[in-house]
Amino acid sequence: MTSKNNDIAFVRSHMLAAEKPPRQEIGLAAWLSRNLFSGLFDTILTLVSLTLIVWTGAHLVNWLLVNAVWFGTDRTFCATVEQGGIQPNGWSGACWAFVGEKFSYFMVGAYPVHERWRPYLVFALFAATLAPLLMPRVPHKAANALLAFVIMPVISFFLLHGGVFGLMPVETSLWGGLLVTLIISYVGIVVSLPVGILLALGRRSQMAVIRTLCIAFIELIRGVPLITVLFLASYMLPLFLPPGTNIDKFLRAVIGVSMFASAYMAEVIRGGLQAIPKGQFEGADSLGLSYWQKMALIVMPQAIKLVIPGIVNTFIGMFKDTSLVSIISMYDLLGIVRASFADANWVSSVTPLTGLVFAGFVFWLFCFSMSRYSGFIERRLDTGHKR
Amino acid sequence: MKKTLLTAAIAAAAFGFGVSAASADTLENVKKKGFVQCGVNGAGLLGFASQDTAGNWSGLDIDLCKAVAASVFGDATKVKYTPLSAKDRFPALQSGEIDLLARNTTWTISRDTQLGFNFRAVNYYDGQGFMAKKSLGVKSALELSGAAVCVQTGTTTELNLADYFKANKMDYKPVVFEKQEEVDAAYDAGRCDVYTTDQSGLYAIRLTLKQPDEHVILPEIISKEPLGPAVRQGDDKWFDIVSYAHYAMVTAEEFGITQANVDEMLTSENPDIKRFLGEEKDSTIGPDLGVDNKWAYNIIKAVGNYGESFERNVGEGSQLKISRGLNNLWSKGGLQYAPPIR
Repeated sequence: MTSKNNDIAFVRSHMLAAEKPPRQEIGLAAWLSRNLFSGLFDTILTLVSLTLIVWTGAHLVNWLLVNAVWFGTDRTFCATVEQGGIQPNGWSGACWAFVGEKFSYFMVGAYPVHERWRPYLVFALFAATLAPLLMPRVPHKAANALLAFVIMPVISFFLLHGGVFGLMPVETSLWGGLLVTLIISYVGIVVSLPVGILLALGRRSQMAVIRTLCIAFIELIRGVPLITVLFLASYMLPLFLPPGTNIDKFLRAVIGVSMFASAYMAEVIRGGLQAIPKGQFEGADSLGLSYWQKMALIVMPQAIKLVIPGIVNTFIGMFKDTSLVSIISMYDLLGIVRASFADANWVSSVTPLTGLVFAGFVFWLFCFSMSRYSGFIERRLDTGHKR
Repeated sequence: MKKTLLTAAIAAAAFGFGVSAASADTLENVKKKGFVQCGVNGAGLLGFASQDTAGNWSGLDIDLCKAVAASVFGDATKVKYTPLSAKDRFPALQSGEIDLLARNTTWTISRDTQLGFNFRAVNYYDGQGFMAKKSLGVKSALELSGAAVCVQTGTTTELNLADYFKANKMDYKPVVFEKQEEVDAAYDAGRCDVYTTDQSGLYAIRLTLKQPDEHVILPEIISKEPLGPAVRQGDDKWFDIVSYAHYAMVTAEEFGITQANVDEMLTSENPDIKRFLGEEKDSTIGPDLGVDNKWAYNIIKAVGNYGESFERNVGEGSQLKISRGLNNLWSKGGLQYAPPIR
């Protein structure tokens, strides 16, 4: 409101350029003083934690990398002179030579050496069909899914099991390591999602028989530990089957794990279903959609999106639970790593720890990838539910 | 102990249902399928059963499996191994999934009777022992009064320990842990003076200590753990074949027959050796057992005598360096004694 009539009044006609914030309020120094050193107590805490982190971190790096043995052919490389090896007394470090030497054994177990290209080919097929499926940009999702969930497993089965096309038959008892972990969890994941959805729908069904059966299945399986399910599947089941029927032990374990995962998945999905407002169901009905159309087009897309964290949680849990199969003498990654500690060629005070660090790292790699991918999908599907 | 009970219950149940599944004539069955299915320690036990990178098995128990295959087929490679955990070893034998169990299994009366197995040959006499720091200067377990003893909880080891100290009117401070790895770590960190478990285990654990030479394994053995192969009851023919596979190895050691000199020994004039190696005219020892007359030759050719197998897997030739002790021949102060082969 500048006016020529009133010269005394002074009103600035344009804005001043913004000043920079005071120096002590910005930059690294400000962040540090605000977050780490604001007060005596915080300062002490910071210093103590920092010391701990640096101290343990330095030891860890030292043990894992600096002092580590990277190459070697037997235990002497990873043992001190006192222990009958070549390292100086008092030495301690990771024995990566052990992991390097045993790597193929950790990956595929006792699979015959000259046939090991088969499981490796399966790993490659697995990656090649799954990776494009997980990338939203890649087209032809339906064909890809058919490839990854039906064709690839069938090919893999014949490739691994052999006995056709002149491939040497390899019994499942020779399979081991990461191969077993991946097969069991892959089948478990692929089976448990659709079966879990059906069970969840069945549990909410109006039809009494279906509802009762679904509730009975879920509660029965969920009510017992996985170890029990595995033990029953591998030792009690054959006793109840007619004599002469012989279901492969590996298959029994896979079925056991899949059933277990399905029961958990059903409850996760049911949680999602309960969060869908009644209006959605009624809206679908009023459009004249059939039950399956209603579920497939309206309800499930919303429900599943809501429970992605729960679903992935179940997947990750199941991936790690596969280690329990060692209780029925099938040796997954962890089982095979532990069994390797008994190899007289490599026994030393550092091999067990190195082996466990390696197994832990591989498990972490897979679980962390799953977790990151689910985060990505959640953000992609986010349509206003985020808080 | 709870775990043991569970295993027993399941094994008993398996026995109840599984009699029909287990074929009565194991030898016929084995010959028909062309290999021996041998249950071994799948988690691996240093010196007894372990797998190399290529998946090949080796160890004292493995040699016994090979010996049985050599006896039946004249070919030690005709074995398939079923890795078994402590929990599932008995159901596996009972259900007929395996033909013989060579999985460092202690022969006890309840396993012999209640679980329906047969034991006879003992391929390793184990027992609970003590390992102590050299700096303590003890020469015998009887000098351990007042010591802090590391022991795994919930095992018979813990009970034996209590009994032994009580019987000898000594005090001790138990330092107990749930898992063996924890016991190992605690002992290595010096939280206790003495470690107790099965003696063969002590040798294996000593290898993983920071300073193995600073620890000594005391001579006393305070429990009996005869480890041997087990088969199902009710098939004596197969039982004989398995038992005599071990006895042949022991007998060969008595005669001084080794893997290297077994071919020369074929021409030996000693009637005992001739009979043993199947060179005696009109001898029917092999066929009576249900195998080839050269069965003993085949076993020795494949795995060597008991002494060789022992030294290679757990003795001086191995990392474990266990002394023969109880496992020496009866003529040398041990317990390995084979019935005459005649």
